[in-house]
Amino acid sequence: MKKSKYLLSSFVLASLMLLSCGNKEEKASENSNADIPVSREMIAELTSPPNVPTPVGARKAKKLIVEMEILEKEGEMTDGVKYMYWTFGGTVPGSFIRTRVGDEVEFHLQNHPDNKLPHNIDLHAVTGTGGGAESSFVSPGHEKIFSFKTLNPGLYVYHCATAPVGMHIANGMYGLILVEPEGGLPHVDKEYYIMQGDFYTKGANGERGLQPFDMQKAVDENADYVVFNGKVGALTGDNALTAKVGETVRLFVGNGGPSLVSSFHVIGEIFDKVHIEGGEMINENVQTTLIPAGGAAMIEFRVDVPGTFILVDHSIFRAFNKGALGMLKVEGEPNKTIYSGEISEGIYLPEGPGIQNMPTTDEIVASEIPAKSFEEQMEFGKQAYMQTCFACHQAEGQGIPNAFPPLAKSDYLNADVDRAIGIVLNGLTGEITVNGNKYNSVMTRQMLSTDEVANVLTYVYNSWGNSKKVVTKAMVEKVKNN
Amino acid sequence: MINQVFRLFILFTVFHTSIYAQTKDMVFIEGSRYIPLYGRDSTVVEVKDFEMDIYPVSNSDYLSFVKNNPKWEKSQVIALFADKSYLANWDLDLKPNPSINPQSPVNYVSWFAAKAYCECQDKRLPTVDEWEYVAMADETTKDARVKPEYNAQILAWYETPRTNEKVIGITPKNVWGVYDLHGLVWEWTQDFNSVLITGESRKDVDKDNTLFCGSASLNATDLMNYAAFMRYAIRGSLKAKYSMKNLGFRCVKDVKD
Repeated sequence: MKKSKYLLSSFVLASLMLLSCGNKEEKASENSNADIPVSREMIAELTSPPNVPTPVGARKAKKLIVEMEILEKEGEMTDGVKYMYWTFGGTVPGSFIRTRVGDEVEFHLQNHPDNKLPHNIDLHAVTGTGGGAESSFVSPGHEKIFSFKTLNPGLYVYHCATAPVGMHIANGMYGLILVEPEGGLPHVDKEYYIMQGDFYTKGANGERGLQPFDMQKAVDENADYVVFNGKVGALTGDNALTAKVGETVRLFVGNGGPSLVSSFHVIGEIFDKVHIEGGEMINENVQTTLIPAGGAAMIEFRVDVPGTFILVDHSIFRAFNKGALGMLKVEGEPNKTIYSGEISEGIYLPEGPGIQNMPTTDEIVASEIPAKSFEEQMEFGKQAYMQTCFACHQAEGQGIPNAFPPLAKSDYLNADVDRAIGIVLNGLTGEITVNGNKYNSVMTRQMLSTDEVANVLTYVYNSWGNSKKVVTKAMVEKVKNN
Repeated sequence: MINQVFRLFILFTVFHTSIYAQTKDMVFIEGSRYIPLYGRDSTVVEVKDFEMDIYPVSNSDYLSFVKNNPKWEKSQVIALFADKSYLANWDLDLKPNPSINPQSPVNYVSWFAAKAYCECQDKRLPTVDEWEYVAMADETTKDARVKPEYNAQILAWYETPRTNEKVIGITPKNVWGVYDLHGLVWEWTQDFNSVLITGESRKDVDKDNTLFCGSASLNATDLMNYAAFMRYAIRGSLKAKYSMKNLGFRCVKDVKD
C-alpha cells in the first residue's frame, strides 16, 4: 500500500518535471534576443547618481562602448567623517549604464595607476561565467576589455568581485546597469538613480576623522552607516530629488549591500507600480518594497501633492540613526481633497501625571576631539548645527515663519547668552517673541555634549549678523550646574 | 632629511657590528614549516634558511643598477620584458624625476627587471612562500597573524594613498630585522603567478573547479586574513612585464652550507 503510494507520487513528480522541462525549452526558443542584429557603434553615456542617461527610446540595438574607470579615493561619509571609497567612475554607487536589449556592450574597465589593488566587475546583466569577473580582472595602471550581449531586459546590479569580495563591495564598488526592452520603458517625467549600501567603520557612527574599514563589524553585519548614494545626506537638503505636482517619477533603486536588505519606502507616497526585483513582473499600489542585497527595483509613481517626501529604509533605525534617508521635494499647488494638512489643534490630556520624557542616558559622550581654536569651534559648531539644528532653524538661521523662530539677527538670542545655553541644554516650550513675531512651539532638549553646545552656540553667535559672542565650555558648564 | 640619512647611517653601523658572516644589508632568516593562506602544493609549506634584504630596493639603488646595465634603461629595455609604464616616473634614462626621493622604494619596475637586478648581485627574488613567511612577523612575534592589530595595521596601509613616496627604513623593523614588507609598496616575488587566483574570488573557493587553479590553491586557510587575500589577489592580476606605481621588490639569497 505504502509502496504504491510512493510510486504514484514519484510518477506525478516525474511527469511534472517533464512538463516543466518542456515549458522551459519552449521559452528558450522564444528568446531570440541573442539574434538581434546590431548596427553601428555608440559611446555609452554614463551618469553619476542620482542622474540617469537619456532613455533608449526607439533606437536599434548597437555596439555600445562603455569606458569605466576605477578610482580609490577619499570622500566624506558625513560631516567630519572621512572614508576611503573604492569606486566605479569616482562615485558611490558607480556610474549608471543604460542599454537596450540586444546591445553588444564592449566594456573597457580601467584601473587607475594610483590605485593599490586589482579589481574586476561582475555585471548581473551578463550571461556568462562570473558575469564578466574573470575577463575583467585588472591590475592598477591597466585596462581590460570584454564584451557581452544584453539578452534579458531588467535593472541589474554590477559590483567588484575581487578577493576579499565583501570588502570591495563594502567600500562602495557597486552600481546599476539597465537593460531596456525594445522600444524603451514607458515615458515618465523624472527619472532618478538611488542605491543603498551599508558601511562598517572602525569608529562608531559620527566619530570624526578618516575612518578605516572594520572587518570584524562587516563579518558580524553590524553596520555603522546605512546610506543612500554612498554618504549621509547625499539626497537631502540641496541634494534632494525634485519633481512638480502632476509629474510621473521613476526611481531606479538598487541595493549594493554588502549585507543588509532594504525595505524601501517613501513616506507619504504609494508606489503606483513596482517592477519587482527589477524584473518583468509589476506589482501595483505598493507601500514598501523589499530590495535584496545585490538586487534592484524600478519604482514608478505620480506625485499628486506638494511637500517633502522622505525616502527611507523602513528598517527605521537605519533611517534615523544610520543615514538611510533621502528627500523628494515636490513643488506645486496643494490639493486639499487628497491631503488637507492640519485642520485644527486641541488640547488632549490623558490620565496620569505630567508630560512624559523620552528615556535618555544621562551620560552624553563627550566629542572625541575638543576644539582647539576659534576656527575649529566654528567648524565643529557648523557640523553640529547641520546635524542637529538645521532641520528647524534652516541653513541660514532664518527659521520657518510661524513655526520655528529665526536665529539670524535674533534679538531674543542676542539678549541673553545664558538663556540661550539653557535652551540648548534643556529645551524650551511655550510662547516667546522673536524679532516682533510670536512663536509657540516645542524645542526638545538636545543630545549634545558640553563641548558641542559651546561650539554650536559659538557658530550661531558668529553667523548671520549676530553678536559675535564666543561661548566656552566653562560657560556651558556654569549654566548646566545652576 | 639629513636627520633621516643620519639615522639610517647609525642603523647601518649598528648592523655591521652586530651581525656576523652575513651579506651587507641582509639578514639571516631561519627556515621553518608554516601554513600560508594559499599553499602551492600542500597546506603546510617548508621554507629553508635564507638571507633577505633588510630594505626594499630604493630608487638610488636602482639608478646605479641601470647605470651599469644600459639594457635596463627605459629607452633601451626590450618591450617583452617591460611594458610602457616601466620607470614611468623617470624623466630620462638616468634621470628620475626630481620629485622622487632617492630613498623611496623603486617602483614602476617589471618582474624581469627585478629578477635581473637581483641576479646582478648574485641574489634572487624571494618565493611567495619565503616572502609571506617573513611578512607574517610583527615587531615581536614571528607569526603575528593571529593578532588583530597586525591585520588592522596592514589594512590601514591599503587605505593610505601615496605610500610609495615614503622613505624606506623609517617604520619599525619586524622581529627578523626586516623593514617595510608592509606599508610602502607591494613586492615582486619569483613565483608570483604560481598560486593562480582567477580574479573571480568566488570561484577560487570552489573545490570542483580545477580549470584555473591547482587543487591546493582552492582553499584559503584563513578566511579572516584579508590583508593576505589582497596580496594574493594583486599577484594574481600581474604579468611579468607589468610595472606599477605601487609595486617594488627586494632580493634574497640562499645560505651556502
